[in-house]
Amino acid sequence: MIVLWTDALIYLLIAVMLALGLYLRGKEHIQRPLQQIGRSKIGMVSLVVLLFFVLIGLLDSVHFRPADDKKNEIISLLDDWATPLREHGEKTYSAPFATTLYSKEMMTLADGSMQWGYPRLEFGGRHLNNPEIEKVPDILQKTVYGLAQGASLIGFFMLLMWMLFVEQHKRFMRSSTAKTVWAVAFFMVSFSYALIYLSGYYHVFGTDKVGEDVFYQAIKSIRTGLVIGTLTTLIMLPMAIVFGILAGFFRGWVDDVIQYIYTTLNSIPSVLLIAASILMVQVYMANHEADFTSVIVRADMRLLFLCMILGVTSWTGLCRLLRAETLKLREMEYVQAAQALGVKQGAILLRHILPNVMHIVLISVVLDFSSLVLAEAVLSYINIGVDPTSYSWGNMINGARLEMAREPIVWWSLSAAFVFMFALVLAANLFADVVQDAFDPRRSGNE
Amino acid sequence: MNNPILAVRRLSVTFNHRQKVVDDISFEIQAGETFALVGESGSGKSITALSVLRLLPNNARLKADAISLHGDNLLNRSEFDLCKIRGRRIGFIFQDPMSSLNPVMTIGRQIEEVIKLHFDLPREALKQRALELLQQVEIPDSQQRIKDYPHQLSGGQRQRVMIAIALAGKPDLLIADEPTTSLDVTIQAQILALLKNIQQQTGMALWLISHDLALVSTMADRVAVMQQGKIVETGLTAEFFSQPKHPYTRKLLNALPLMQSCLTHSAEEKPPLLQVSDFYCYYPIRKGIFKRIVDHVRAVDGVSFNIQQGKTLALVGESGCGKTTLGKSLLNLIPGSGRVVINGVELNALTGEALRQQRANIQIVFQDPFSSMNPRMLVGDIIAEGIRALHPHTSSEERKSRVRQLLQQVDLPEDSALRYPHEFSGGQRQRICIARALAVDPKLIVCDEPTSALDVSVQAQIIQLLKTLQREKGVSYLFITHDLAVVAEIADDVAVMYKGKIIEQGSVAEVLTQPKQAYTQKLLAAVPVLKMEH
Repeated sequence: MIVLWTDALIYLLIAVMLALGLYLRGKEHIQRPLQQIGRSKIGMVSLVVLLFFVLIGLLDSVHFRPADDKKNEIISLLDDWATPLREHGEKTYSAPFATTLYSKEMMTLADGSMQWGYPRLEFGGRHLNNPEIEKVPDILQKTVYGLAQGASLIGFFMLLMWMLFVEQHKRFMRSSTAKTVWAVAFFMVSFSYALIYLSGYYHVFGTDKVGEDVFYQAIKSIRTGLVIGTLTTLIMLPMAIVFGILAGFFRGWVDDVIQYIYTTLNSIPSVLLIAASILMVQVYMANHEADFTSVIVRADMRLLFLCMILGVTSWTGLCRLLRAETLKLREMEYVQAAQALGVKQGAILLRHILPNVMHIVLISVVLDFSSLVLAEAVLSYINIGVDPTSYSWGNMINGARLEMAREPIVWWSLSAAFVFMFALVLAANLFADVVQDAFDPRRSGNE
Repeated sequence: MNNPILAVRRLSVTFNHRQKVVDDISFEIQAGETFALVGESGSGKSITALSVLRLLPNNARLKADAISLHGDNLLNRSEFDLCKIRGRRIGFIFQDPMSSLNPVMTIGRQIEEVIKLHFDLPREALKQRALELLQQVEIPDSQQRIKDYPHQLSGGQRQRVMIAIALAGKPDLLIADEPTTSLDVTIQAQILALLKNIQQQTGMALWLISHDLALVSTMADRVAVMQQGKIVETGLTAEFFSQPKHPYTRKLLNALPLMQSCLTHSAEEKPPLLQVSDFYCYYPIRKGIFKRIVDHVRAVDGVSFNIQQGKTLALVGESGCGKTTLGKSLLNLIPGSGRVVINGVELNALTGEALRQQRANIQIVFQDPFSSMNPRMLVGDIIAEGIRALHPHTSSEERKSRVRQLLQQVDLPEDSALRYPHEFSGGQRQRICIARALAVDPKLIVCDEPTSALDVSVQAQIIQLLKTLQREKGVSYLFITHDLAVVAEIADDVAVMYKGKIIEQGSVAEVLTQPKQAYTQKLLAAVPVLKMEH
């Protein structure tokens, strides 16, 4: 097993979240909003969708060298399971569910004569003898078959869960929210099972310029999106929290210095900073080639740096919010009472200020996540995002943009990236709304 | 008597299908009379007023046989019709004049806006009418002030503007929901006189909602007392205060602090505990790019006083006179300058760690029991915080037993330590705050209006608790308040503060019965005194 830098940080993040969960388990002021989220249908459904994405991202974060290592490549668990998808490359573009290439070529027939036409694909629809007649019924049959298989699989699991847990957790299993969640989970699992089943025979989302399966690209991009969305916040949070609270609490010259830092940082165009730092990493990697032998390691390094520089440029907003909130809190009477009791300033910050700004942190983390995923796409589009060799929705869009002018149009790369990104960002946004409603003290009053 | 202006029959209001806030009440208001609805906070009196105008929050359900205005059942009217009744037939004054005016519109425009809603007047007449209204509510220089924005007016003047807005529709009934609660005593007296005056001029009915029995006794013709959503007693004011029938009413009347009680305090001299001399607290006013200090706000302007051991000094004054600033700067929460000596230690000479160690000597109890405790901490941790900070070597077992003991002293159950502040009522929270202050064995506790956010009966309990603690532990209090009746209950000495200076001080009997300064006399005259015929 090989642990890349971003993998390590993802593991760290999960560990931190687990520890935080354990720590907050008994705290009532956290539990009440969590229960409110738990009762919200939209919140739970979007959480299920998010978790589905996260699961794929996690599978994609366990890297190792395959046993029969020929090409000096590092693959992930997801790659291993999707080996057919990964290796079923075609020559160039082919449309979704196509059995032939997208453009005409000279091809040699069995009898040795040459013909100008659409050649059959190497893998897509290989099992069909007469694609024109057999294709549509075959797709329908395989879809139904895949759906049925997926449905019975998840149905079996749900039945098992029901039998095991229904007695202890009646409240959770029988509420209308629980039913919606089960329905969504059921639909998603059987639908994706059908997709996976189909993609064994066809290129469900077509292939791109070099003949790679677009469905595979889109799935691989999930990890990039998640890494950008989460690691960036991980880097941004300590800065925003420490600086924001210090500035608000101590005021005076501390406040002045921190304000100067973030106003200065805010007035530099962030694209410029990002471009500069990405260039720096590239130069560094070029000078230390021995350390970056594998393509994946290089791409990972660049991704990590992108997260870092995005974090550095994006902490100012949250910092401002926290500073303002701390300014308000430090005048609260319980803070003054603590001062009167001779509590040390560090303890006041940790015990009285920090817990009372955490709701803002939580809300802004969830809100920032979706905007960061979108930011990655924009940055990759102008070529200063992730490494061109790594999979990301931004790269897919960037690669597809030239083909938009082509006639007939190549639409599937763009659409696949769009659909996946849309699902993730929509789920994240809906979840953020619910989290905000639950944790914002001004809104909880009207419940 | 048979043609009431407003008749409410069997009104009930429930929140979230569970809590009954108003429980099956009926009452009538006659034309031209002043009807007072009295009750403690949470008794449902404001909700009753709001349900008459159908302005209840979304999660409330209203049920009633009839709410009729001049015999016309409002329950049958559409929302559209009701909009014409609100403001036109029934005027409404809210409690807080600070937040009920729009800060970006001039007061003239805001009054005109309401007039325009109800009367079709040309522009000039509109202006004229707005001016008339401002004159009616006795705002000086109304010609000029009509162009002012709300922030340019004082609290009392804003409440006058609110009254002008409520009068703009020439209503038959004016509902005043705690119209003077957030105002100073002297201003309160002026506003009440104004309301009485306008009522006599226009002959409208006044529905006064208040928690203040003394105020009600001077204003109302008829009184109704609400308790937990029910009207427990109704009657003419004179009868009501001389022969209260319901036990709850009697309890309320007994809980009222009495001015006469000041005569019972002992005049025995004790050695001084706290000596303050020439104490100043200035806030700099900074202007320009370089934030040059151009002037100072003189919040506390050279005060000197002593507090004796085991005695209480009451610091009296209106809002903005610097009494809270003085209290906080004695604890070094706000920087001040001057000599502060407690127990022989000069506090102002100390900084850093040495000051922190001396913190145990003075503690503070704040006004607002809701913002003075960290909502994210358990009550036990809140109380133990001071012990942890000042005596870091105590074991957790010792701390726990100390917390139990403190809770017992302030009459709270032992299991309170494991609950969060929001589970307690205002009075209970104030007890927790007192326990927190007591935890470090202070010699002096600064009580910054500890009872003004509480109901009368709870207020009496807290004052009783403070007195008991003083007797048992010999702790001194600096009791900051604007309420002279409370002063009479608790204080041994009084200092009257006005514009940052102490203008009069002496023993409580002296100051309250023979005030020397004109300001003190004015303050005393403005206190509404319960009209009780014995």
